[in-house]
Amino acid sequence: MSEPVSRPNGHPSGAAGHEGMDRRSFLRTSAVLASGMAALAASLAPLRNLRDFPSMERFLQKHYKELTPPEMRKVLDRITREVETQYGLRPEVRDYKPMDGVEFVYCLNLTRCIGCRKCVHACVAENNQSRDPEIQYIRVLRMPHGSLDLEKSDPNYAPDTVPEKGFFYMPVQCQQCKKPPCVKVCPVRATWQQADGITVIDYDWCIGCRYCEAACPYFARRFNWTRPWIPKDRINLNMSYLGNRPRRQGVMEKCHFCIQRTRAGRYPACLEVCPAGARKFGNILDPESEVSYIMKNKRVFIQLKEEVGTSPRFFYYFDV
Amino acid sequence: MIKGARNYFTFLRRCARIAFVGDWRYYAWMGVLSIIVLVGINAYARQFVNGLIVTGMSDQVSWGVYIANFTFIVGVAAAAAMLVIPVYIYDNKELHDLVIFGELLAVAAILMCLAFVAVDLGRPDRFWHLIPGIGEFNFPHSMLSWDVIVLNGYLLLNVHICGYLLYCRYRGRTPAKWFYIPFVFIAIGWAISIHTVTAFLYVGLGGRPFWNSSIVGPRFIASAFTAGPALIILALQVIRRVANYQIADKALLTLRSIVQVSMLINVFLLVNEVFKEFYSGTMHVASSEYLFFGLHGHHALVPWIWTAIVFNLVAMFILVLPLSHSLKWLNAACLLAIVGIWIEKGMGLVVPGFIPTQLGEMVEYTPSVNETLVCLGIWAFGLLCYTVFLRMSIPILQGQLCQANEQAGARAAGH
Repeated sequence: MSEPVSRPNGHPSGAAGHEGMDRRSFLRTSAVLASGMAALAASLAPLRNLRDFPSMERFLQKHYKELTPPEMRKVLDRITREVETQYGLRPEVRDYKPMDGVEFVYCLNLTRCIGCRKCVHACVAENNQSRDPEIQYIRVLRMPHGSLDLEKSDPNYAPDTVPEKGFFYMPVQCQQCKKPPCVKVCPVRATWQQADGITVIDYDWCIGCRYCEAACPYFARRFNWTRPWIPKDRINLNMSYLGNRPRRQGVMEKCHFCIQRTRAGRYPACLEVCPAGARKFGNILDPESEVSYIMKNKRVFIQLKEEVGTSPRFFYYFDV
Repeated sequence: MIKGARNYFTFLRRCARIAFVGDWRYYAWMGVLSIIVLVGINAYARQFVNGLIVTGMSDQVSWGVYIANFTFIVGVAAAAAMLVIPVYIYDNKELHDLVIFGELLAVAAILMCLAFVAVDLGRPDRFWHLIPGIGEFNFPHSMLSWDVIVLNGYLLLNVHICGYLLYCRYRGRTPAKWFYIPFVFIAIGWAISIHTVTAFLYVGLGGRPFWNSSIVGPRFIASAFTAGPALIILALQVIRRVANYQIADKALLTLRSIVQVSMLINVFLLVNEVFKEFYSGTMHVASSEYLFFGLHGHHALVPWIWTAIVFNLVAMFILVLPLSHSLKWLNAACLLAIVGIWIEKGMGLVVPGFIPTQLGEMVEYTPSVNETLVCLGIWAFGLLCYTVFLRMSIPILQGQLCQANEQAGARAAGH
């Protein structure tokens, strides 16, 4: 580097010498360039296995809120085709909207939960989560009697039978916060809260930065670390755009209170399957609803991690 | 106008050309870096196809060495301000000609930062969703959107300042003060902001008690102003040796004072944090306990953090002793400080924030081989950029590459 002026080869000048030099340096430059390109091509070799290259249509797709109704129909058609190609079955893909005058609330009776994890698996089946690697939205914590210290909890308990003596069980899933930190931190507004209180994700807009996963105080969000895999005969064909349609590699997902069911007047899958009747779900704006009754009449209920100020719509209570 | 454009184009072309010219040491160095970059690209191609599953990250520990390195290098970029402040505010003569090397380091560092964020994305094909105006930019709510603005703004500021000063030197003109001095002062404030905003990425998360602490910002600044100038001290000596560029020892010793004071503040702030965590001993101490002593039989980070602490303390002692007036000792202290802070701010800050999880589960994190190769590739890319920038700017600063010898240069190049 001590000779910085462009004098690549300190050779005596002269017309003939120059020309020879030119050819040689040209050949040398070409050789260097060619081997450089070859090395770059070789280093990019793994791209030959790319299975999921986005089409122009998908690449340019707009944010959910910017799609006009005709555009939305086209997107839903495309998703239908894609699912049909991949799984050989024709799904019913709809864009379920929040209902007027509805705010959903979930109540979970800790006295009743027996820790059987039936909710966990019903959720996976309903919401088309990847089976390999398996993604689960609900995590059931086994807690020792007398404490709500999450650090004493065990999510990996595996006894022969439940419930076990000396423990209670606390299922945790997305708490559908009124002040959701995940929504605040998303740099591209790929996740937001809708009128019925459900925080949804546009899987076609998420860039996979996982900031929301870091921000969530409840470990509710899940990332597709690789291409999701679902057996063909396990696919749930009742699909919603912001809910349970199959996801792609590299995007976030989480519990959305089964919008494909609840926005059509049904209960979430986790509630329906619960053998202990520990799960209650409904419209808090309706004074006659079960959840309104629980909120009015149960003496103790808990918002998990109340101190972080997220104000969950998911309440834990006891039969006292 | 057209003539001006043509002049500028000639300048750019000559700069580009000289980047490919050097002695055998230059070719060897650039060759080795290029190979490491290619290995990194290969590893990234594998990740692009198979997803981030090829890393050591999980839903429990969802950020790893990519974001750790990003955090450290933002600090290096911010530290360029520590060369600029003495020159433009305190009118320090020794550092005057060296400012440009600091700013070029900042440019290379920001390029590395952008690369580290890019490789961490699950859907890099959707990067355009982040572009203000075209995508859906969640400004001002998301601190990540602030980071996009401050990092790119800082990149532009430094590219402008360096580019303009070098071009003036090339043309043999005196730079117009109004065209760069205001930007220099904006860049000083901006430098603080890039690292503060990066700290706020973490600080703003109420669900992560380990990060949700107001001391993280000040600690970031203090450690950046230790590691950054330490890196510049080492880089300047390499430049002096390899490029025959005159750099007075006095300049290095001025930087020494900066590193010295910053290191003392850095260690002081660390003591504050450790005291608060362990003396009060609330439930929120879990992550710190995991980091420093291990928790429930998990202690992957314990040897790392104590290495970092020993390195930082040894560096601090060397720096406060008169001993460090000798370059040998100063270099040792700088090296220890850089490694110590890289561990402390990278793995020591990002990873324990996730352990235990929000629900109290213990899942540890070790970077995978593929992930490590991507990181090495980006480091090599950064060094490659910095070397090229220096290769272009040193001859300009020395007057060997200038408009006056355009003709001669063209002839020598054979055209």
